[in-house]
Amino acid sequence: MATPGKVLLQAEEIRRALLRIAHEIVEHNRGAENIVLVGIQARGAPLARRLAGSIEALENAVVPVGRLDITLYRDDLEREHFRPNVRETQIPVDLTEKHVILVDDVLYTGRTIRAAMDAVMDYGRPRTIQLAVLIDRGHRELPIRADYVGKNVPTSRAEEIELHLLETDGKDEIILAPTSEENA
Amino acid sequence: MPLARKDLLDLDDFSSEEIRLLLETTAAMTEILSRPIRRVPTLRGKTIVNMFYEASTRTRSSFELAAKNLSADLVNVSASQSSVEKGESLIDTMRTLQALGADMIVMRHWEAGAPYLAASWLEASVINAGDGWHAHPSQALLDLYTVQERRGSIEGLKLVIVGDILHSRVARSNLWGFGTMGAHVVLCGPPTLVTPDIVDIAENVPWVTISYDLDEAIADADVVMMLRLQRERMASGLLPSLREYAIRFGLNHRRMQRARPNALIMHPGPMNQGVELTPELAYGEQAVIEEQVTNGVAVRMAIFYLLAGTAERLA
Repeated sequence: MATPGKVLLQAEEIRRALLRIAHEIVEHNRGAENIVLVGIQARGAPLARRLAGSIEALENAVVPVGRLDITLYRDDLEREHFRPNVRETQIPVDLTEKHVILVDDVLYTGRTIRAAMDAVMDYGRPRTIQLAVLIDRGHRELPIRADYVGKNVPTSRAEEIELHLLETDGKDEIILAPTSEENA
Repeated sequence: MPLARKDLLDLDDFSSEEIRLLLETTAAMTEILSRPIRRVPTLRGKTIVNMFYEASTRTRSSFELAAKNLSADLVNVSASQSSVEKGESLIDTMRTLQALGADMIVMRHWEAGAPYLAASWLEASVINAGDGWHAHPSQALLDLYTVQERRGSIEGLKLVIVGDILHSRVARSNLWGFGTMGAHVVLCGPPTLVTPDIVDIAENVPWVTISYDLDEAIADADVVMMLRLQRERMASGLLPSLREYAIRFGLNHRRMQRARPNALIMHPGPMNQGVELTPELAYGEQAVIEEQVTNGVAVRMAIFYLLAGTAERLA
């Protein structure tokens, strides 16, 4: 089934964007020491693993990678957004005094990141928390910004960003689509 | 799929999908218990009331810890210190708790069916923490989770429940839970404690069989669940003596060898050491009795979380 909508990034562009972000992370943190990458479930997790692979190749160092499910930290349990499926959280090291880089696919309202920061704090007191996203689509509802961005994409709230990744969907592709209700 | 229920009263009408969702959510909650700070903000602003009409240490404190780990506000009420002593009816007490802002009520009652009555009167979620001889669903869920963790799956396992089946809500809820997940359940005990109404269940439920002989029942068992023997039963003439019971229905090393090599030993607690099972077995490698207690907190967190989510949805 072909997805209607505009292709924002193709596989090759995603690869380059992630490689650039990996360079920026190393540059900003002056190496790979004390860096921990934490991917936000579901699609941030494979992105964090890819970034860690690039950083390890660049710096010849081992970068710990964790994954975080923020369902239990959301502020919208009251709303229709209730999601029963709590996915796995796995933080391999103590985060105290580490530079924690949160990795997510799309930065939108900022509420997911707020929840993720609360969750990270429960695992220790990091030296810094930084944020890397593949797409920043605007419409923030909280004072949150990303440190590393693959691509800034101005969107309307009626649109949806569909991210397909090799690990979960068989191919790398990012698509800007009208909302699913309009599709239907 | 969310859980489309307001209350958790028993597992007898739960589908395998619903039980699977509860067990998956429990796995996520187990991770929280392994953290340095065992608390997430999920149920902030929710009020949970523990209403216990019957004595309990582990179940009450397990529900209490589960509520606190999810940041809910918790009120503990025991019947002996409440207006129940002044003759207030069950429904009036429950309605008062709801008027005070309770979102969920965890209830233990000596009378079978009491939580059902409460649930039908209240908008708040009711969680049955044990009603008479009838049901104890959170215990069954923690038993299921403990076995699944150790065995990977419940499907096709042979579970033997041994002892005072007649008075056991643990046996009754496990009967449904394990059966729905594909296990074969053997109920084993002396005829005075495996009465005709239980035999009747076995005749009507395809996955249940009855045995009056532990040596026979335990053959090739994957899980052996020993029930607590209440000493009051001696006085009422249901059993001749503790010693005779221990000889015929106690679990020891010799009997355990008839089960499968890595069979699990479970006990809902509190144990009568040397009666239901020998101390070597209770603290041995096959026992998962302490895991049952630890998993109990995670299971109850999952119950609170899923009911809170669906209560909002149904409202």
